[in-house]
Order: sequence, then C-alpha cells, then structure tokens
Amino acid sequence: MTSKKATWIYWLIFTALLLIYFIYKLSSDDQKIFSPGEMTHGHHQIEMSCASCHTDAFGGGEVLQSACINCHGDELKSVDDSHPKSKFTNPRNASRIKELDARQCVTCHSEHKTDITGEMGVTLPEDFCFKCHQDIAEDRPTHKGMAFNTCASSGCHNYHDNSALYEDFIEKHIADVNLSGELKNKTRSTVAELTLLSHYPIGEYPVKKLTHSDLTNSMSIISDDNIVHEWETTAHAAAGVSCKACHEQKLESDKIIWIQKPTEQSCKSCHSSEVAGFLDGKHGMRIKAGLAPMTPSDARQTMRATSHSNELSCVSCHSAHKFDIKHAAVDACLGCHDDTHSKSYKQSPHFGTWHKETTGQAAKNTGVSCASCHMPAVIKDIEDHKLVLVEHNQSLNLRPNEKMIRSVCMNCHSLGFSIDSLADKLLIKNNFIGKPSVHVKSIDMVKDRLSKRNKKHGGGL
Amino acid sequence: MDIKKIYFLAITGLATVLSGCSDGKVTGIEPKAMTDALFSVMEADRTVYTKLIIGRLAKKEKVIKASEHWKDEKALVLPAQMFRYGAERVAEKGANFNYSLLSLWPINQQNKPKTPVEKEGLKFIADNPGQNFYSEEKLGDTNYFTAIYPDIGVANACISCHNNHKDTPRTDFKLGEVMGGVVIRVPVKD
Repeated sequence: MTSKKATWIYWLIFTALLLIYFIYKLSSDDQKIFSPGEMTHGHHQIEMSCASCHTDAFGGGEVLQSACINCHGDELKSVDDSHPKSKFTNPRNASRIKELDARQCVTCHSEHKTDITGEMGVTLPEDFCFKCHQDIAEDRPTHKGMAFNTCASSGCHNYHDNSALYEDFIEKHIADVNLSGELKNKTRSTVAELTLLSHYPIGEYPVKKLTHSDLTNSMSIISDDNIVHEWETTAHAAAGVSCKACHEQKLESDKIIWIQKPTEQSCKSCHSSEVAGFLDGKHGMRIKAGLAPMTPSDARQTMRATSHSNELSCVSCHSAHKFDIKHAAVDACLGCHDDTHSKSYKQSPHFGTWHKETTGQAAKNTGVSCASCHMPAVIKDIEDHKLVLVEHNQSLNLRPNEKMIRSVCMNCHSLGFSIDSLADKLLIKNNFIGKPSVHVKSIDMVKDRLSKRNKKHGGGL
Repeated sequence: MDIKKIYFLAITGLATVLSGCSDGKVTGIEPKAMTDALFSVMEADRTVYTKLIIGRLAKKEKVIKASEHWKDEKALVLPAQMFRYGAERVAEKGANFNYSLLSLWPINQQNKPKTPVEKEGLKFIADNPGQNFYSEEKLGDTNYFTAIYPDIGVANACISCHNNHKDTPRTDFKLGEVMGGVVIRVPVKD
C-alpha cells in the first residue's frame, strides 16, 4: 500500500515538474520543443516563437493565412501576383479550387514538413501547374511535349512573381550582346534626395558639413577621440548628422536620454527603407518578430566559427562610427559567410572589378561586390519620390533568383547570358568563375514565335 | 387569452420582425436589378476611361503610351487591365458579387468562356446585339444569378489594339461591334 502511494506521489511530482517545464518553455524565447517538425529555410530563424505564425491559439486556418499575408502580402502586391486569391474566389474558378485550393497559402506552403519541401518552400508535388494549364500547347505550340516540371525553369514562369521576365521583355532584349554596354551599378540617391522623404529630420539636421568643433554638447560624453575622427570621415558628418542624431532619444515625458548603443530604431529615422528591408530579410527578421537578434551560429549556411556569436544589427556590417560602405559590401559579408559561393568570390572576375574600383583603377560603381548582387541599389517608389536605395532584404531578389536578372545582372550582362548563368547551379556555387554550361530555351522560343509572326507579315527576324 | 395563444402571437410576431417581411413580401433588391445597376456603372466608367484617357491621350494627342507592361514602360494601364484590377479589389474586399471581362476571342486565353452559362451567354450577346443574357448556375456549392452584358468596341483604340495584338484570335473587329461580355455573378439561395 505504501509503495503504491509513493508511486502516485512520484507520478504527481513528475507530472507537475513536466507541466512547469512546458509552461516555462511556452513563455520563454525558445519554444522549439513544441514544433512538430523542422521548419523551412525561410522561417527557421523565427521557429523558437510559435506566435510568429500561430498568432492566436484559438484560431483556425484564417489565423495562419493572416500571418502569411502580414509578412508577405505587400511583396505579393508589389509584384502583381499572377495568382492572387481573388482569382480563386472568382466563382468561375470554383472547379479549380477542388484541384488546388490556392485561396490559402498553406495549400502549397505547408510548414514543419522538410521531407516534402521543395524550392521556394513548396510542399506540393511538382505537377501543380499542370492541373490548370495542361492544354497550354494548344495556344503555344512551342510548349508541346515539355515536361510538367519545367514551367518554373529559370527564365520562364513563376506562380506568383512574373514581373522579372515576360515575353515582350525577352523579345526586346533578344539581340543584346553580353558585356557590350555601360558596365555600371546604379548610382544611389544623394542625401539631398533622401531629405525629401517626410520622415527625414531635416529641421533638426540640415545638410551641412560638420566637424568635431560642432560637437560641443556631446564631447563630454565621448571618451574616445578616435570615434570622433572616424565620424568626421563619414557621409554622416558630411550630411550634418551629429552624434545626437543617433545617440539621443526623446522620451514621452520630453526628457532626452543618451543611448550608448543605438539600434535600428535610431537608424530608421533617416534610413527607413533600408531598415525595413533589413527587418524583412534573414539578417533582421528575428528582431522584427521581437526575438533576440540572429547570430551566425543559428544559420543553416556554413558560417565562420569566429563569427558564431556575433549578433546581427545595422552596425554589425556597417561598423559604428566608421559606416564604411565598402567594408559593408564585401568584408562584412565574408566575415561570417563561409560557404563555397562566398569563399570563391575573391577568385572570381566579379571580385576583379571590385578590386579595380576600390584601388582607384576603375570608375565608381563599376565594381561587383557581394552587395552589388545581394543588396543592390534599386529604384524604389517611396511617397511621391523615386529614389535609388540599397535593398537590405537580401532574399528579395532570390525568390526566385531570376529576379536578380533585371535589377542586377543586366547592369552589365545580356539577358541570355544572365538567364543561363542563373540556371547553372554549379556556376552559382563557384561564384560565376567561367561561363554557363546550361541553356534555357526561353529566348529561343520567343525568337521562334517572332520569326513565325514576321514571316506571316512578310518580314524577317 | 390563454398562455398558448400568447406564446404563438409572440413567436410569429418576432419571426415577422426578424425576417423583415411584415407585409408578406420579400424586401431588398432583385438580382437582375442589382446586376443591371452594377453594369451601368461599370460600362460608363469603362467608356469614359477608354475614350477620355486612352483614346484622347494615347491615340489622339500621343502624349503618353498605353501598355500592358505599364509599370516598366511608364505607360497608362490598358482598359481591360483597369477593369480587372477593379474587379480584383472588389473581390479582395469580400463584396457579395463578382465580375469578369470575358470574350469568345480573348487575347489572354484564361478569359475565354469556361462554364456552360458563360459559353451560351457570350454567344447569345454576340448573336443578338443590344441584348443582355440572364441565367442561373451552380458553381462549387453555390447557386449564382449570372448576368452577361455586351462589351462593345466604343473607340478606335479598342479595335486597333485587339486586331493588331500578336495573340489575338480575331483581327476583323469593327467599331460598335460586340468584342466580349461583362459577366456579373450574385450568389442566390436555392
């Protein structure tokens, strides 16, 4: 009897401890123990917080759908999503919903299922295009006999984003010759253009060059003269941005406090677009989710052991006070990234152009750094202005990678060369040392259609 | 008055109030009146955009292009795109009706008739100029009142663009002809 009683007591204690442990984990920053399976490469950074996606414990599918749209909705809108939800809520497509209920993101992108997750986080078998477009060869004879899994080959079609390449664009660039035009990255907007944005504190920080003599109020706090010297060489000093622009914060009580280590919250006062991109990308998405910053040790890509504990923030790449964009464009990346693609960069022709630019042997913006491709200067529509700003969401032009063709590759290369290069996985791995060994037929198919059309109208190609 | 009678009167009175049918008639707008009214607005806006914006600025004054790739080419949105974007916004807002622009001769093959009612209706409005087509159909689990109205080529811009487009299945449209149909669907009870 005593033994039985003891068993019950042990069982109760064990259950209570287990319950306390689960409650503790549920309220902690690491809730991975509750995950029913590993998450995709796009979400694993935030997997320790169930509430990032499961925003309401009592909701159904609509809760998950709303979480998807909350993070990805704006991007889908900006690229004129080819398969918006409204296409499937249209009653005339009711029969298609039985084949593919594309009203819900999770129909195609189901999380916690790495064993069936393909490229772009798709968890459906590869024949999903076929379900609705199986008769495509009737309209496009060039597509006759093509395999069902070739639709999304680089340079062809995508389910959501077809803004990068389309037939008329390809037709326009059929005759382009590789490396024949001006080889140049886009020139970033000037400070004067940046100040046009409504949030820019132009009243407090008018654009005028500052020196250490303008820092009288802050000098008593700054203990290191080297910091002031570094600041004096930056674009910040040239643009009238003093210490207090980043280090001071006004509280609700109007009291002004000094922040020793400013975060992205300070940076966004002037660089809102850049900070928004950082928070949307893999470097900053944890901060956006209210979690501790990402560290290289948490990455799935190979990272240098010496960098494993570095927390990612604006200054982890831009270095506080120096804000050297050349450092941020290459050395900061290679300080952490240690995969084959990254390690091959310094042997690549791209690095050759960067070396020439940074050593004064070539003109400004002619060098290709890591950032030229992964964080390129792109045209952005902000408020009523068109600005050329650096896109800090490094995933944006990789979903899918042909989005890089227009914003990056075609600054120097022809369309055909770019399409083939980005379809060549080995070439990507060795950081484009050599020429593409695969050929995507999209340009040939457009040529074929154009030729037939011209023959019909009595002309030539 | 006994208790049963009081209960009966109370329940029937409440039911009448809740149903909004105090005089025995169904209140609200008939589906046909609703789709006719919707189409009159759609047709007016579509004609104004085609004539006053595309026809005037792109074709006559030639101060700006109209292009399917309007974002890339910094051009005006085509009238058919304008119509589709509007329809998508309405759908996003969860409106209790849905509309599309379809044709027997579409440039985008996704816009050819698909349901039996669409096929019958688009043929009817093409064969009977000036007439609309009304029907009911069950799509998925829902019954719809479906109205199909003729979409007329009201400006030379419509005719020349469609006749000369590389993907057009028809090249002999004339001004004033039926080029397609506006399909409006309203869900109805069985």
